[in-house]
Amino acid sequence: MSCCGSGAGYQQIAPDPLAAGEEVRLASRVVADDVRQTDLSVPSVHCGGCIRTIEKVLGELDGVEQARVNLSTRRVTIRWRADGVPPPFIEALRGAGYEAHLFDIDADEKDSTLSELVRALAVSGFAASNIMLLSVSIWSGAEPETRDLFHWISALIAFPALAYSGRVFFRSAWRALKHGRTAMDVPISLGVLLAFGMSLYETVQRGSHAYFDASISLLFFLLIGRTLDHMMRDRARPAVKGLARLAARGALVVQPGGTQTYLSVSEIQPGMTIMLAAGERVPVDARVTKGISDLDVSLVSGESVPQLASPGSVLRAGTLNLTGPLTIVATAAAGDSFLAEMVRMMEADEQGRSTYRRIADRAAGLYAPVVHLTAFVTLIGWLVVTGDIHRAVTCAIAVLIITCPCALDLAVPMVQVVAARRLFENGIMLRDGGALERLAEIDTVVFDKTGTLTLGNPRLIDTGAVTPQTLAIAAAIASHSRHPYSRALAAAQTLNPPMSFEDISEHPGSGLEARSGASVYRLGRAAWALSCASELPPPSDEASVVLAKDGRQLAEFHFNDRLRADVGEAITRLTSDGFAMEVVSGDREEPVRVLAADLGVPYTARVLPGGKAEHVASLATAGRKVLMVGDGLNDTPALAAAYASMAPASAADIGRNVADLVFLHESLSAVPQAIALARAAGRLVRQNLALAVVYNLVAVPIAVLGNVTPLAAAVAMSGSSIVVVANALRLKGERTAPRTQAAEVSATGVAGPTVLEAAE
Amino acid sequence: MMDYFYLIPIAIGIGLTALAAFMWSLKSGQYDDLDGAAERVLFEESDAPIPPTAWPKRQ
Repeated sequence: MSCCGSGAGYQQIAPDPLAAGEEVRLASRVVADDVRQTDLSVPSVHCGGCIRTIEKVLGELDGVEQARVNLSTRRVTIRWRADGVPPPFIEALRGAGYEAHLFDIDADEKDSTLSELVRALAVSGFAASNIMLLSVSIWSGAEPETRDLFHWISALIAFPALAYSGRVFFRSAWRALKHGRTAMDVPISLGVLLAFGMSLYETVQRGSHAYFDASISLLFFLLIGRTLDHMMRDRARPAVKGLARLAARGALVVQPGGTQTYLSVSEIQPGMTIMLAAGERVPVDARVTKGISDLDVSLVSGESVPQLASPGSVLRAGTLNLTGPLTIVATAAAGDSFLAEMVRMMEADEQGRSTYRRIADRAAGLYAPVVHLTAFVTLIGWLVVTGDIHRAVTCAIAVLIITCPCALDLAVPMVQVVAARRLFENGIMLRDGGALERLAEIDTVVFDKTGTLTLGNPRLIDTGAVTPQTLAIAAAIASHSRHPYSRALAAAQTLNPPMSFEDISEHPGSGLEARSGASVYRLGRAAWALSCASELPPPSDEASVVLAKDGRQLAEFHFNDRLRADVGEAITRLTSDGFAMEVVSGDREEPVRVLAADLGVPYTARVLPGGKAEHVASLATAGRKVLMVGDGLNDTPALAAAYASMAPASAADIGRNVADLVFLHESLSAVPQAIALARAAGRLVRQNLALAVVYNLVAVPIAVLGNVTPLAAAVAMSGSSIVVVANALRLKGERTAPRTQAAEVSATGVAGPTVLEAAE
Repeated sequence: MMDYFYLIPIAIGIGLTALAAFMWSLKSGQYDDLDGAAERVLFEESDAPIPPTAWPKRQ
């Protein structure tokens, strides 16, 4: 298994296992009695060996019924028995060297429209090829009797194919007509149906020209375009639904009589007293009345350091209580709480963005009236000039056939499908073809800090001064806490602890205490862990803890939030490409200032979620087209408000659902790559549209003058479609060089833990 | 001329068979993972795909 499983480029730090388990359960769906299914995205799967390793590792977990890797989409589908807690899929995969993310972007349900389109495509392809074979012999000069026979056979094949495959167009054309509008599907349906009708008439009259082949191959080419286009359309965004997952579903409320009842969130009223255990999310906006704890607010405010909650602190709905139980009093009902407010902001923003019309739709809007008018003018013209109704109708139908927008229909989706494929090869998922068009136009990039420029989880740094034994002691104690620093310490463990501990207890807001024999070990804030004040180190930054034995300091540990890989390169490249950039963060001034100064980018700190969206909106009113890159719940309104948006796969579920693009790998170079590719795709789309227009400029006069034979129509249509497809295939993605483990280590600047993980 | 009476039905029949085969392979999920199928041919274990189900609403 040497070729795979190193996973060096993809590693990230474990999310809180408890919260992850809860998220796994909520993101799964029931497929049978007591069987649930979960889809995970595993970007580093790339060979047969990986398939086997992953299926074996997952299959051995307790409760897993079946696991299957999809190598094409880099996903794993797992069926598991739902009677207990979800098996630790993500942890097991990480143990095997694969980074996995929960993913349900388009796995919501089997796409029925797509399979209908593919079936229609297969039927029309079958019919087109058979009719074309018969037509070739007619064009080569078949005897009149043979020709008539072949026309009849063609009609027999064409009719059911038309009825089956044409429905896609007929239905939407009918809908458009019913609402008194004209859309691209109206001339298509008219052209196909009239061509078939006229050919049938010619066949009955033993005429020499029948257009069955044109009618059906038109349908075939158009269906290719339609199928590709459908693949690139945005799926319904379950973004707002996803928010509900972060909300607690209920809480233990203390009734006036002193009894405790579990109420659902919607029943909680301001003034109620709630018991909040460690590991639970805050159900509604509230104030602390009793207890001390640490709160993980990173999803809500973007602040990386856990906040101390003590009596009097104000809590926002959705934050996670990490260490100690709290008694809180609700200050708002669920409908007025922070999460509900976010939902409202996002709904408003998404409405704003839906005004964007895609290039293909704009082209189609211009195209349909022009085609109708040309065909109509041809009909009238021939009637006036010759007075021959048959001749006039034939020419008008020929115009409809020849102008049928095959090339136009393929021009945009073909490029977008190729672009999506190239992006996927670089670990970027595209949600919507229209996003590619918007991404090509942006001129300003706004970054979030926590989780976007950095990885959002603290890492242990400067372990050089600490002996492995001391580190092992600290890690052994830390493994009993859910505090992010504790988890970072536990992850850095290299040796087994030299002693065993009893009575490990957590003192919320202060740290952990453990006994080993007669000694008392404390791991936590210096002021609490050290007994005599003289030993107190000079007040350093917040990001450190102390390990003390009987009040004497053994070691001090420092943490920082590690930068995402290639941040510097990405920023340099964006600068040289002339993009304006900003960092907008909800975190404290100091860490944001340091980071922004390092990168040479202007910054704004301590921004509330609504403030981020407003900032993006004000840039938009100033005429800027903003790309928002962010991951937190607090970035979500800004992601929705921005002209285009990107999120890392490690983002909050909701952020992934709102963002136009999701990058799966750790490296931030995905941002300039995606922009470059979007611009290249934009150029190809314009070329393709120009090709389609040129084709029409040449072909339409010939059709209007009545010189289009079935042979000419077939050649012109296929030729233009093939040219457009070939042009789209020219789009090249840039290959990212595979990152070596050595490069990974030096890029992060952290020796110990990184080497460990890379070696796994 | 008489040749047409059996040659053309045979040709169309072959075409229809291919169409039916494609529809079947599509329905049984054989196009869901083309890259994976190419690798799985090397393994001896049973590797039946996860049977498609009606996808009920998420709970």
